[in-house]
Amino acid sequence: MYAYDEIDRTLIHERVAEFRDQVKRRLAGELTEDEFKSLRLMNGVYLQLHAYMFRVAIPYGTLSSAQLRRLAHVARRYDRGYGHFTTRQNIQFNWIKLAELPDALADLADVGIHAMQTSGNCTRNITADQWAGVAPGEIEDPRIWAELLRQYSTLHPEFSFLPRKFKFAITASEHDRAAIKVHDIGLRLHKNAAGETGFEVLVGGGLGRTPFIGKTIKPFVPGRDILSYVEAILRVYNQYGRRDNIYKARIKILVHELGIEKFAAAVEEEWLGMADSALTLEDADIEDIRSRFFYPAYEKLPQMPDELIKAAHDPKFEAWRRNSVTPHKVTGYAIVTLSLKPVGGPPGDATADQMDAIADLADQYSFGEIRVSHEQNLALPHVARRDLPALWRALDRIGVATPNINLVSDIIACPGLDYCSLANARSIPIAQELTRRFANHDTANLIGRLHINISGCINACGHHHVGHIGILGVEKNDEEFYQITIGGRADENAAVGTLIGPAVPYGEVADVVEDIVEAYLALRARPDELFIDTVKRLGVEPFRERVYATR
Amino acid sequence: MTSPLQQKIKITGPSMVTANRTSDGVVIYRTKAKGWSTELNDAAIVRVADEARALLADAVADDVGAVGAYIAPVELNEQGAIKPGNLREQIRSRGVTIDLPVPA
Repeated sequence: MYAYDEIDRTLIHERVAEFRDQVKRRLAGELTEDEFKSLRLMNGVYLQLHAYMFRVAIPYGTLSSAQLRRLAHVARRYDRGYGHFTTRQNIQFNWIKLAELPDALADLADVGIHAMQTSGNCTRNITADQWAGVAPGEIEDPRIWAELLRQYSTLHPEFSFLPRKFKFAITASEHDRAAIKVHDIGLRLHKNAAGETGFEVLVGGGLGRTPFIGKTIKPFVPGRDILSYVEAILRVYNQYGRRDNIYKARIKILVHELGIEKFAAAVEEEWLGMADSALTLEDADIEDIRSRFFYPAYEKLPQMPDELIKAAHDPKFEAWRRNSVTPHKVTGYAIVTLSLKPVGGPPGDATADQMDAIADLADQYSFGEIRVSHEQNLALPHVARRDLPALWRALDRIGVATPNINLVSDIIACPGLDYCSLANARSIPIAQELTRRFANHDTANLIGRLHINISGCINACGHHHVGHIGILGVEKNDEEFYQITIGGRADENAAVGTLIGPAVPYGEVADVVEDIVEAYLALRARPDELFIDTVKRLGVEPFRERVYATR
Repeated sequence: MTSPLQQKIKITGPSMVTANRTSDGVVIYRTKAKGWSTELNDAAIVRVADEARALLADAVADDVGAVGAYIAPVELNEQGAIKPGNLREQIRSRGVTIDLPVPA
């Protein structure tokens, strides 16, 4: 966990006071909606179909138990008793009242949470590998760099009015769990031939209306230069990014239109002019941030404790352990993923009671720390393996131990037309139906790793482009239709999926997905060939033939 | 952003003006009495573009009470009761189509 200092705490509280005054003036009619809109957006407040939606930042997906309890309190006191974890590791509340928002923000500020830069044309919440700091084989904890970037970019005047929103993601592992290739800037920590730690910098990735996979602009930027290099990218974007057309304003369009070589040359020129500037990080700067991260005092524990050996006789426990428990960098510990994808439930939602219970379990079993994944699940990052049986029983009681992580029912879905003013079609009921169709865990395990991502509109909050099966809701003559793609992925081999055929109506989506899965089971070369590998090997056509032959 | 009043208004059947209440975002409908109601059946119904434009202009003028006013289609049954004219308005009027994680 990172401990905020006095500057952070003061900033957050001052921001609440400022927004309280803005809300008061809006409700009194002293500010028009046109004047107020950008102010509320800067504080994470959108207007959706039925109510205001309040998006709260969870920097690099790390929460303390106290913070999660406070989010539960906000859900209970100011909303309808639940929250929705998003694909950017944030949480959204769907029913908040404008008049009560300043109080909610003040309650959150007490535990170091805010909503700054969760909207608007600025640098957004910096996201990271949800297993940062605990994943075996990691170069180092990427959250130290994410925090540096957060502090540098928060309310940065030069980057508060960019052509469009701007998203960073960062990882320090070979296997990319942070989807860095579909972010405006993706950062991968690695070591160069000389053993120095630095970043591969990718630029111009993104989803939405025009999906692009990010391109490597520089294979190695030393850690001390990362702020100046990122600033050079943002300056070039600020200067040349299009402001005349919202659909062409993201950096991915600029990179695409200029070409990565030309864009890289412009950045290089800008960067050379900034060499050895105040943005060059001293070791002391990095150490200062590092020193404010608190790590657990791990005990020396056995990797196979008696409790675990005994519990292995329980098939339900074993099914969960095999699915939801992941190796930790420290012997005797594990990372536990909590599924927010119960059969028939809205993906990513957690009730206030669940949040409170998870906070208590984090205190009891995970040194008070919780992580949020971009797949809309939670994780306890520091669980002693001897505690796994007891933890599992507790998680099962509160409904977050469905053993479906990375399986077909671990669906990413945006709020869709049930909540969102931009949506053309519903996402959640489609996800719910699919989880019912694939509720049998034996079947899901037989299918193996398969990511279904659903978006209710082309803005792609549900990351449909990079789902192994992607589902995009569109509207045709006032009816909900869904385009279906296959072959997308968001990891280190990121790819945009390919359309499999004509859009299908709402009532046929689950049937089509079932047909795709059946086709895969028939087409795969061997039982351990993953869906995504079968699609890569055979292409879309054999799937199209089987799925659309009778339609 | 283009003001709703500057946008071309094209209606093909009975329509109403709807918005969200400023203080809490609740869905509201413009009434004949130039006020707002949370009940769709209280909505003023217009059938031609000029009427719609006038109703919208009147609604937009209330910037304190309402946010984001726009024209939306409705259907009228034989008894004259008003029904939402598309799925979006159906969801705004009747609520989400799923069970909420915590029952109201």
